[in-house]
This record gives sequence, C-alpha cells and structure tokens, in this order.
Amino acid sequence: MTEVRVAGVGLTRFGSHPERTGRDLFAEAAASAFADADVDPTAVGELNYGNFMGSLAEHQGHQAPLMAEAAGLACPATRYEEACASAGVAVREGVRTVRSGEADVVLAGGMERMTNLDTDGATEGLAIAADDLFEVRAGMTFPGAYALMARAYFERYGGTREDLAHIASKNHENALPNEYAQYRREVSIEEALDSPPVASPLHLYDACPITDGASAIVIVSADYAEEHDLDASVAVTGTGQGADRMALADRDHFARTPAATDAATMAYDDADIGPDDVDVAEVHDCFTIAEVLAIESLGFAEAGEGIRAARDGLTTADGDLPVNLSGGLKAKGHPVGATGGSQIAELTRLLRGDHPNSGRVPDAEVGVAHNAGGTVASAVVHVLEVAE
Amino acid sequence: MSDGASGYGNAGYDEWRNALGDGEGYALVCPDGHGSLPPRRVCPECGSTSLPREPLPAVGTIETATVVHVPPPRFADDAPYVTAIARFGPVRLTGVLRGVDPEDGSGPVGRSVESNVGERETDGGSVVVFRPAEK
Repeated sequence: MTEVRVAGVGLTRFGSHPERTGRDLFAEAAASAFADADVDPTAVGELNYGNFMGSLAEHQGHQAPLMAEAAGLACPATRYEEACASAGVAVREGVRTVRSGEADVVLAGGMERMTNLDTDGATEGLAIAADDLFEVRAGMTFPGAYALMARAYFERYGGTREDLAHIASKNHENALPNEYAQYRREVSIEEALDSPPVASPLHLYDACPITDGASAIVIVSADYAEEHDLDASVAVTGTGQGADRMALADRDHFARTPAATDAATMAYDDADIGPDDVDVAEVHDCFTIAEVLAIESLGFAEAGEGIRAARDGLTTADGDLPVNLSGGLKAKGHPVGATGGSQIAELTRLLRGDHPNSGRVPDAEVGVAHNAGGTVASAVVHVLEVAE
Repeated sequence: MSDGASGYGNAGYDEWRNALGDGEGYALVCPDGHGSLPPRRVCPECGSTSLPREPLPAVGTIETATVVHVPPPRFADDAPYVTAIARFGPVRLTGVLRGVDPEDGSGPVGRSVESNVGERETDGGSVVVFRPAEK
C-alpha cells in the first residue's frame, strides 16, 4: 500500500468574515497549502472538499467545481457532506485515493461561511444535522442535543458544570498563541460558570462559536514527495470512520459515542498503534461535553473518567496527553465544513514543530485527530506520525 | 399538518403523529422485538421487513432532558422549554415536556410521563409533548 504524506497545510484565520465569499475563503486556504507544500496546483489529481450548509448560507450548491476553479485546479472535484465531519471525510477519501494509486496528489479540506446568517439562520442551519422529523420538530437544537448527552452523562457517571468549565478554560488558554484562532483570550472557570445558559447544563462558554473559515491539506504519496524533494515529514498512517443511528433517541447510550470508538479502532488498527502510543490529539469539542465523550471513545480515559481529564491535568498543555493545543473548536472556532481539515493542519504543524504550541510537545511523534458529525452519528479518526 | 414550506406533508410520519395525538400512538416492532418509528421499510437493527404496529404503552419514563433557553425560530415564544427523551416500551420519543416548571432544579429524569401532540406557542405548529403521568 502506498504510504501517504502531508506535504502542506493551509488555513484562513478563523473568525467572523461575513462579507467574504466561500470561494475566496477556500482559495486563500488552498494557496497557503500549496505554498507550504511547494507543490503547484496543476499537480493535483483530485479535490475532496467538505462543506455542510453552503446551500443555505450562500444559496450555493454544486460547490466542488467552483472551489476547484477558485483554487486554480483543473481536476475532478467532489463535495463531501457529513455535517461537522465533512472535511474529515474529505481528508479520509483523499488518503484512500492516494493509497490506491489513483492520484499522487490530492487537495482535501473544506469551507464554511456562517456569520453572514443571523442567529436564527445559523441555528436553523446547524439543526439540519439532526433528524428533522423526530428531533428538530420536537424542539431539539444543536446545543440542546449535546445538553441531553451531558445530562445523561452526569446522571450515569457524575460530573459537574465546573468539570466542563475546566475544558473551556484549557482550550481558550491553548488558543492564545494561535494566529488562526477566533478567540485568543483567556476564559476563567468563574467566567465560564457565570455565562448565560443555552440548554441546561450547558452555558454559553460550553459552546463553540459561529465561525467562517477554510482549511486545505496537500496529501501526496511518499514516492511523489521523494521524487519532488518535498519536505513532507508527517505521514498519515491510520484512517477510520464510524456511524451510528441518526437520532439520539435511537442510540444504545446517550453518554457514549460508539461511532467514534469504531472509527478510532479502525484507525489504530490501520496505523498499528494503540491509544497509549498517542502523544497529542485534536478532538471535536463543539461543546465541552463533546471533548469528554471524544477522549473516552479514543481510549484516553475510561467511560465516566473523561470528565475529570482537564481538571486533573491529563489533557492540559503540560499534561501527559495534551488535547486541543490549537484551542479546539471551542476557542479556535468551528467553521463546520472546514473543521476536520483544520484539525489535520494543526496536528501536522504540532508534529513538524512549527506550531506556536509545538514547544509543549517537543518529543511528540504520534498525533490523533477526531472529527464528529451531528451528535456523532458520523465520526472520522486519523493517525498522523512523524515519518522522518 | 404540514410544516414544510411546500405545503406537502410527510407520509408515514404525519399518520404516526396524528395517531399519537389521538391517543393511539404506535411503534413498528420486528419479530426480534426491535422498535422503530415510521416511515420504515426495514428494521434498522436487523433488516427484517416484517414491521407490524404495536400500541405504545400509555406511560413512559424520561431518560434525559434539557431546558432550552436559546430556541430555534419556530420555538421562539416557547422558550424556555424542556426537551426530553422518554422511553415508551420498544422505542424512545423526543418531545417537549409540559406541565412542569422548566426552572425546577430537581430535574425530570426518571419521571413518568404520558405522550401526546400539542401546539407550539410560537406558530401553532404540531409538536410531540410529554406531560407528567397522572398517579
């Protein structure tokens, strides 16, 4: 099987860019990735592009050829939509395409434009990731769904809002030096606890923001990197994907995310590693409780113990396993269809040593990215390793 | 009973919701006992194509709940309201819990409830509702 490398990564600054078009955001991320990779766009054999709600936000369907054009590509282009896991799936398909030998160079990533919508529009847009008939019509919002999971977790295993506040505070602190992050400011435990309620037990500072942004990753075969003398020191050694019943009410457990467990098992087996081998992780913390569920599914904590991980220091920047050194979705921001690619970009920079937080993990060799769709009816996990 | 802008309903779902509103709620239950809600052609657990209707129990139990303070537009005047998931025999339903104080700190998990269909305060649209079961 062909070995896969990350040749370059590109991001826009995440934040509020309500006037900027999706095509302009993605073009910026793509240009940045090509510059980082020292690869010409004409070398790309395929574009795998993630986007969730562009049909609502920009009244723009059929986005893949539009984005290929914006990035200067002349190749087959496909849009992947898996809610908040759209770009994770796009990266995974890129990895599979290079492994299969069908292309030597793939551009993967995604874009989301959200802040041009008002709050009602964004709320309605995000809600379409849930079951429209049986959840949305019953008044379930996106924060409401994670609140139902948080309540179930507390009932089953225990846990407090203060435990969750430690996750928010940690991720905001991590975002401070990250030039791509939407919120580069500290949030204290007290500030998080005192923020207004959104859906109990979750409050405003348990939630990620509404964000515009794009991500792009140049994925190449190791042979191509060698032939073209590319600096592509990080390999994608594992990829996995899992699925679950769409509606939360139809799941076996509300306080577990088996789709992510399945994706992690597949990715670990693929890379021939286990959770104990992981040095650093970027996980899908759309809400603070989501980070808890993620690290349990990834095998970093037992069921019921992930709630304490930030508070006890396991996942802090100076802990044994730093989680979301980028700031995570919570502080870096969550342009839905771009997030999965952004996680790969951040992890690549952390492992290469050119991330502002690389100094926190100077010896890291194995990183994991966890990207989830909806209430984790979809999950994608990737393993990245320092190859040289 | 349509919520869609087109004016068309959702066959299978609308019938189920109307039945729930008439006190005749049902689940689809395959021979292995897996419950699901319509429209279905196969059991999502085992793939069985035999999906006869079974009446829902009159009383269910709330398994998780949240007080929604930031509502979607269709629920703007309903907030704060309680979204809950309750088990009724072979299936769970998601609905709005009424007849309780949303700010009641004791929490509704474990409470016995009856299911019905009510109207959203915001626009009169239909919504699955739970109410505390009469003792």
